[in-house]
Amino acid sequence: MSDLLNPTLGNAPYDVMQVRQDFPILTRLVHEKKGRAGKPLVYLDNGASAQKPRAVIDAMSHLLENDYANVHRGVHFLSQRSTDLYEAVRDKVAKFLNAPSRENIVFTRNATEAFNLLANSWGGRFLKEGDAVVISWMEHHANIVPWQLLRDRIGINIKVVPVLDDGSLDMAAYEAMLTPEVKLVSITHASNVLGTVNPAVRIARLAHAKGILVAFDGSQAAVHQPVDVQAIDADFYVFTGHKLYGPTGIGVLYGRKELLDKMPPWQGGGDMISTVSFENTTYREAPYRFEAGTPAIVEGIGLGAAIDYVTSLGMSAIQAHEQRLLAYATHKLSEIEGLRIIGTAPDKAAIISFTMDGIHPHDIGTLLDRGGVAVRVGRHCAEPLMDRFGVGATARASFGLYNTEAEVDVLVEAVQACKAFFG
Amino acid sequence: MFDDLRDLYQEVILDHGKNPRNFGRPAAFNRTARGDNPMCGDKIAIYLTVGEDGTIQDLHFDGRGCAISQASASLMTEILRGKSMKEAEALFGYFHDMCTKDEDEQGDHGTLDEDATDKLAVLSGVREFPMRVKCATLAWHTMNAALHGEATTSTENASF
Repeated sequence: MSDLLNPTLGNAPYDVMQVRQDFPILTRLVHEKKGRAGKPLVYLDNGASAQKPRAVIDAMSHLLENDYANVHRGVHFLSQRSTDLYEAVRDKVAKFLNAPSRENIVFTRNATEAFNLLANSWGGRFLKEGDAVVISWMEHHANIVPWQLLRDRIGINIKVVPVLDDGSLDMAAYEAMLTPEVKLVSITHASNVLGTVNPAVRIARLAHAKGILVAFDGSQAAVHQPVDVQAIDADFYVFTGHKLYGPTGIGVLYGRKELLDKMPPWQGGGDMISTVSFENTTYREAPYRFEAGTPAIVEGIGLGAAIDYVTSLGMSAIQAHEQRLLAYATHKLSEIEGLRIIGTAPDKAAIISFTMDGIHPHDIGTLLDRGGVAVRVGRHCAEPLMDRFGVGATARASFGLYNTEAEVDVLVEAVQACKAFFG
Repeated sequence: MFDDLRDLYQEVILDHGKNPRNFGRPAAFNRTARGDNPMCGDKIAIYLTVGEDGTIQDLHFDGRGCAISQASASLMTEILRGKSMKEAEALFGYFHDMCTKDEDEQGDHGTLDEDATDKLAVLSGVREFPMRVKCATLAWHTMNAALHGEATTSTENASF
């Protein structure tokens, strides 16, 4: 724990004020109006999408102004240049996840598309009626609905691991659920609502002991902590670019090569083929056979810049900084009477969902917004989890690498003012 | 911190939000519908007793939601009791315009009960908060669905 309280990267201390200068949007005011001073933006909606550093914005502009052409097709100068830059991002992603090879990395539009790919390609080929997929009660809809579509199509079963009252995964129930018909466990590495970081190594080990494959939704985990897919022993790992300070429209599916190699294409078109004739078409090797059509080239370059950026700060240093914010915010918010934090597991990412007695989260959201504080309110694309905790919705503050303790103070002050307003 | 939010959260709204009138499922009703706002998790049910002459003799609601949605539903139940179906539809049209359009763009909804329009005026502040318009209109859409024999409605329908 002492490591976490001392956020340092080598000898350089984590200088959050310096980091903030890398994000142009953080200097803006919100709700500025004639005769009314604006409020400094306190952006605590990072779980929905993170803001972008100058390096990402510049990398995308630079590509468009200097190096842009379609990839994988042309013999001309710019096409080669664009292809090299785009494919270099695959190497960056592989390194970021500590994947064995760039060929483990499939680009998708987002995490949702990665799960749809997994369900359609792997699930469609290797699952049959009566087989089961294990998910958890704390999944985002992205890791629920694709499996339901598959269930409706081929008759698989979906088993759901319960969540304990503190927001931890019920590991005893999980272990008991790993019966012979289960072929895949697909579970979030960190919950977007509860913040719970699930014990990925143990989840994978227990599944593998029964010959079951494991996929993780890293959409939240990959932005809050270092991820090593080999240490976890993940068979598949998914994350999205826009929560990692990169652009929208680009996500990643990591897969073990021998699994990807056996998976059929799921979308057809240009770029994913070797030869095409009207009688017979052959497909490229993995990962390219999963990337039909012109990809998100500009966004890919943006993702590469985002990975360079967070790597330069150090994921461990970011984690330590955010853990300090989480501890501080949890402490301050817990002191407010009538405020209930949903999700108090021992191992959490910097996400705090809460409700307040007699005040609906939607009203909390509108009031905090007027104080300049951006939080998410609602069901967070995790409706079953809301039901599990008996709440229709929550307010959620999710912290990022640029947030400060002073911003936590603004949040707390706004929550208190909100209580007084409706009191 | 929130002075200019008093336009949105007027005292009447805070009062109805905290102490909703006609709340709860009644023992008897002859039309009902459920309304859902998937974005924020609001759920509402409207229970109508419509007489043979088409008059809304009684109406109740239950469900959960933000102060705006609860207050809007509560006010609606007060306003529509004793109104004909036609009057209810006209008031719905008026209210929908009030929440979504500038004053000079609002349509002509005929002669309306002034007591009703005066009461509804407290919700006109939502016009300045586009993200909150659906909170205010959910109860009315649900009432309209119940009136016309539809079982459910959702803010994700185009008509919102």
